[in-house]
Amino acid sequence: MRRLSFLVAASLLLSGATVAGYGLVQGPDWTEEELALVRSLSLEALPPLPPDPSNRVADDQAATELGRALFFDTRLSANSEVACASCHLPERQFQDDLPLGQGVGTTGRRTMPIAGMAYAPFLFWDGRKDSLWAQALGPLESPVEHGGDRAQYAHLVTEYYADEYEAVFGPLPDLGGLPSHASPVANPEAAAAWDALPEPLRAAVNSVFANMGKAIAAYERTILPPETRFDAWVASEDFPEAGLLSKDEIAGLRLFLGEGECVNCHNGPLLTDNHFHNTGVPSVPGLPEDTGRLDGARLVIEDEFNCLGSYSDAAPEDCAELRFMAEPGHDALRAFKTPSLRGAATRPPYMHAGQIGTLDEVLAHYATAPEALDGHSELRPLDLSQEEREQLSAFLKSLEPKASDRDHIAEALSPSESP
Amino acid sequence: MPFIRSRRAFLIGLPLGLAAVATGAMAFMMRPPSDLDLSLAKASVAGLYVAAMAPVQEPVTVGPMHAWVVTLQDAQGLPVDGAAIHVDGGMPQHGHGLPTAPAVTEALGEGQYLVEGMRFNMGGWWEIDLAIEGTPGSDAVTFNLVL
Ligand code: HEC
Ligand code: HEC
Ligand SMILES: [Cu+2]
Repeated sequence: MRRLSFLVAASLLLSGATVAGYGLVQGPDWTEEELALVRSLSLEALPPLPPDPSNRVADDQAATELGRALFFDTRLSANSEVACASCHLPERQFQDDLPLGQGVGTTGRRTMPIAGMAYAPFLFWDGRKDSLWAQALGPLESPVEHGGDRAQYAHLVTEYYADEYEAVFGPLPDLGGLPSHASPVANPEAAAAWDALPEPLRAAVNSVFANMGKAIAAYERTILPPETRFDAWVASEDFPEAGLLSKDEIAGLRLFLGEGECVNCHNGPLLTDNHFHNTGVPSVPGLPEDTGRLDGARLVIEDEFNCLGSYSDAAPEDCAELRFMAEPGHDALRAFKTPSLRGAATRPPYMHAGQIGTLDEVLAHYATAPEALDGHSELRPLDLSQEEREQLSAFLKSLEPKASDRDHIAEALSPSESP
Repeated sequence: MPFIRSRRAFLIGLPLGLAAVATGAMAFMMRPPSDLDLSLAKASVAGLYVAAMAPVQEPVTVGPMHAWVVTLQDAQGLPVDGAAIHVDGGMPQHGHGLPTAPAVTEALGEGQYLVEGMRFNMGGWWEIDLAIEGTPGSDAVTFNLVL
């Protein structure tokens, strides 16, 4: 396919087909269509937060406060040192600037920023979760992240958050007879303890665990991408002339929409198509094989906490993403979720395991479009001059909050006192 | 069934000359061919059906999932009920399929079928392929859409 497109492009060049005729690439004037495309990338185009029918407390204020406390609580871990916020640092766009996350151990992928992810139909680099609340349960029981187990967490909630929990979800279940550690997915001892539990107790623990996720999700829904210089420019009177954005940054935007074809995948106000693509990013030596979406698609279907499962508050017909999920084919092998590019310029390293260190190297990757070692890369090589790379990079840097807004944002996102 | 499921196979099977003609205007921009048939009502390949597609809600935009109504008539113009319709598609210029697996979820009667779960995750030229099995026989039809 790639070779074919390349041949087509080459034969067009040879036959003297004109490239310059199309305004996006070179012309100084914008067509209405192009202006609409630019506006579609701005925060003004962000629709209201979609409801989450699988989480009945998604927009509940008390649940949000409980979730905020849980997000920052290091007691929810094997060593009392790891909270969600240990890796998702509010003052660092809810990520950690590391190639791989550091919790009780080291993760196999890079920590993802969280802002605006309530808009995402699938979570994680491989999309193995279909809601924020189901997602939150993963790290809590991952042996390299929080390292705890659901029985431990049910006890902790009963001990420290009983009032807050009951105000949102109603009476806590009777956990009499529940050992301190038990879970179907944690270590072998906890798994054995889980197998020994009577079914009603398992269901009770699962529902407390799921509700913790639902409270955390309610908090995460309030984490939205801040306005950037790019957004302010689109909303300004200067638009589409230079002003809040420089001529170079605007030239970069044109490349982003035009020759670079970045907007194919990085589209909409969050600059992601919410889909999964193999872009030929190499795997990391020493890490277990990562098939990306290929396994992620299977895992989300199997997940007991998915939209169709018994802990979901949704009716089956509300679970459109699962019902109409594409059967993963060869395309899914080493396909990863398109990340939002808001704020990306200031949070290296890049890609799903931090494989690429700098923005310049990211652009070099897109220019050469290396063949994927596993699966097939969707990219085609780009002929970008040094100047054009700098312009693209300049545009990406305009997707940052205005300097004056940054402190204010960090302050608004800090934890409240935990009970 | 002669219906071609794989976009990749389809493209590779396409003679290069034809591809070059079809892509005359796209150059690096991958503009859709200028002579693309964008009509959303047409006869199926073997002429067994006249098929039409209409979005339930307009405008159809990149991003959200949306529903369509497919209307089937036989060659005489009579509505065809009880047909099985398989929906497929993709972006010929990008070599990938649909990001979701849309499906008929309800037969509405009068030859109409509700298709849910359609999503276009990129702007550009999309093909929607319907493989139809009904009393008139097996046939296929492809619609083009430019977003
Ligand atoms: C040890 C570091 C670490 C901890 C602790 C951690 N995360 Fe993460 N988070 C990650 C990594 C790494 C990924 C990507 C993992 C993957 O794709 O497999 C991720 C992904 C996510 C995502 C997906 C974002 C997207 O765009 O799909 C969300 C949401 C998230 N984490 C929330 C949380 C919450 C809530 C908690 C606490 C319950 C938490 N994380 C704890 C490292 C961590
Ligand atoms: C075919 C879809 C596609 C196209 C086209 C595309 N990207 Fe990406 N982009 C992705 C995916 C998928 C990732 C994550 C890949 C991974 O981690 O394996 C990504 C990652 C990135 C990242 C790193 C962000 C992060 O948080 O790690 C940057 C920056 C980026 N792309 C910029 C661009 C630019 C600039 C262009 C145009 C030159 C472009 N992309 C074109 C899909 C695409
Ligand atoms: Cu495409």
